[in-house]
Amino acid sequence: MMLPNRWHLLGIEGKSRGELLSIVESAVGFREVLDRDIKKVPALRGKTIVNLFLESSTRTRTSFEIAGKILSADTINIGASDSSATKGETVLDTAAVLESMNPDVIVVRHSASGVPGMLAKLLKRAAIVNAGDGLHEHPSQALLDLVTIREAFGKVTGLTVGIVGDVRHSRVARSNAYAHLALGNNVRFIGPSTLVPKELGSAFGAEIPIYHSLKEGLAGCDVVMCLRMQLERMEEHFVAHLEEYSREYGVTERLLHAYAPNAKVMHPGPANRGIEVSSEVLDGPRSLFQLQVKNGVATRMAILFHAINGLSAAVKN
Amino acid sequence: MKNNKDARIIISGGTIIDPHSNLKAEKDLLVEGDSIVAVERPGAFGDIVKEANGQVAVLDASGCFVVPGLIDMHVHLREPGFEWKETIQSGCEAAALGGFTSVCCMPNTKPTNDSAEITRFIRERAETAAARVFPIGSVSIGLKGESMSPLSELRNAGCVAFSDDGEPIWSAGLMRRALEWCNMLGAPICCHEEDKSLTCGGCVHESPRGLRLGLKGMPGVAEDVMVARDIELARVTGAHVHICHVSTARSVELVRRAKNDGFRVTAEVTPHHLALTEEAVGDYDTNAKMSPPLREEADREALRIGLREGVIDVVASDHAPHELDTKRCEFSRAAFGILGLQTAVPVILGLVDSGVLSLERAFSAMSSSSAQILSLPYGRLSAKSPADIAVIDPKREIEFNAAALKSLSKNTPWLNKTLRGAARHVVTGGRITVSEFSLNSSLISSGTNNGGE
Repeated sequence: MMLPNRWHLLGIEGKSRGELLSIVESAVGFREVLDRDIKKVPALRGKTIVNLFLESSTRTRTSFEIAGKILSADTINIGASDSSATKGETVLDTAAVLESMNPDVIVVRHSASGVPGMLAKLLKRAAIVNAGDGLHEHPSQALLDLVTIREAFGKVTGLTVGIVGDVRHSRVARSNAYAHLALGNNVRFIGPSTLVPKELGSAFGAEIPIYHSLKEGLAGCDVVMCLRMQLERMEEHFVAHLEEYSREYGVTERLLHAYAPNAKVMHPGPANRGIEVSSEVLDGPRSLFQLQVKNGVATRMAILFHAINGLSAAVKN
Repeated sequence: MKNNKDARIIISGGTIIDPHSNLKAEKDLLVEGDSIVAVERPGAFGDIVKEANGQVAVLDASGCFVVPGLIDMHVHLREPGFEWKETIQSGCEAAALGGFTSVCCMPNTKPTNDSAEITRFIRERAETAAARVFPIGSVSIGLKGESMSPLSELRNAGCVAFSDDGEPIWSAGLMRRALEWCNMLGAPICCHEEDKSLTCGGCVHESPRGLRLGLKGMPGVAEDVMVARDIELARVTGAHVHICHVSTARSVELVRRAKNDGFRVTAEVTPHHLALTEEAVGDYDTNAKMSPPLREEADREALRIGLREGVIDVVASDHAPHELDTKRCEFSRAAFGILGLQTAVPVILGLVDSGVLSLERAFSAMSSSSAQILSLPYGRLSAKSPADIAVIDPKREIEFNAAALKSLSKNTPWLNKTLRGAARHVVTGGRITVSEFSLNSSLISSGTNNGGE
């Protein structure tokens, strides 16, 4: 079996501006399919996609599965409880067993950083798509965010993007930081020093400014990305409690109106309403939340298509 | 002692480096039985060779450094309890090939070395091994940090030092009382310095690089605060605190000040912390995962200066064998630690080549300094000294593939890499354990004497 065009999506790190833009453009093309009466195209007929989700997920997993099905691929879902992980099998062995069944793509989510890269080194045939690894990267989320930004602004460049919240523990923040640096956008991190340590500013190749004041950080933002606040951060003393966090770093309509009146707001979900972002914002006119979910399917269609067919072939189309 | 008292060995043609007597000169060396009997000008023992009629072993040391048998005061031999990772036998073979004649094994075995029974077991196993083995007893029962081990019992059974290595001693109260006991017993406590409330679940150095990889960090301050605490406890007890595997610039500074203040504080550094930085983690390479973690360039530079100036006393490998399955997995789940016994000499000679260390300092840090800390009669090459000798060929290149590594485990960042500098001959207590870069199997099987006398 020949797979000369196999294209891994392990992370946004190292991806070129051209690669990112061509995924965005093909996602925009695939969006049209979602609005048809019969949502099915034969692009990946006869191809097999395994969704190996060893960490729980609803939205990303469903999104990848629907994307594969619309493209006519055969999709198989394996969750942590279905896999032999419960019998003590290692993730490398699980992946090797799966590859023996000749899937074209393995979409992997895992709680440990670096697992997709390990699989890409180990496996010879299947393309690996990272659906979120530990605290490391969540590249399909960053790509769907770009598709959403393009839809909202008509462009993905020349923007100031503020990422607010628990950047330290966020793979969404990392992938978005790489994406916006590659596109030449202004990226900034906003949050308390426990969750946005100064070392994060120099972790991504180019210097990223850090704001510990939400007001100052919001000023000038075109896009405000809110990150999910995890409950376990209280136990580890990163914040005292959710109310304190919400008072200092919760994104509200009042603040946006005052400091970033034209900003659009995004959230990777699932959101803690009233903690990192108010319901008024999330359900209001500046929210891109539902659009992100919708674009998630189109973006993952584009990712799966390119993972199997290679990117250069697609760029020519 | 099962040694043949009449056996004679002549080591000729090499450059003797004896840090204990500040000697560096071209000299030959005569061994009789288990002792060095004479160190003389080159060729001085020619008559003995003639008269002996082949009854004397002549070891060619031309182009080599003849140094005291190396001492590694921090290794994990994994026996009893983890014999698939390493045994006393296999670990000592790796030690001998690495130029070592003595190793001190940490007590984190199963069961823990917290009783005379385990100490005696280790020493009995070591009787037939290729190097002397000096057990280190645990400070607390089961390394739990709760109740104190029977330190006198352990000392009498042959333990040369005490440590809960791998686990910090969280209770300052326990540490204080243990130091008071150890002070009476004349043995140091070797401290693994890590405040676990600061490292909590981390697996790499806390830095921009670690943040980029999405791996939880182990900040340098987790080591520094414990070093500072134990220096203060050394001050009030007057006891000897030995800081294991120093990894931060700040800890080097704290040790420097403690020494200037006249406290009984010594310190060790590993070859890998001297040679590598966190960059070696690269793309989640689990063979670069250890505790303390590889740190930044500024830390490495401070460690090098500290070792050169004697603030850090010794090089110890923290030889930590782990089988492949515990390393070929998710980085965050992988075991901490790497091998060190066979790569220590070439890595340290690499630092000598690049001007970081003098030869004399390199070999004192690997022999006489450890002997002094542990009050062992080795680490010297003068007449009447025990015949523990390593002949190091600085030009010999070895590829550290799986076959070359005598450890049962192969977890080293230098796997399949070629390094320069190796032990050509090794003599332990008058027995040849390594000749011409190979283990002397006949001598080993008939039993090398072990230490503890």
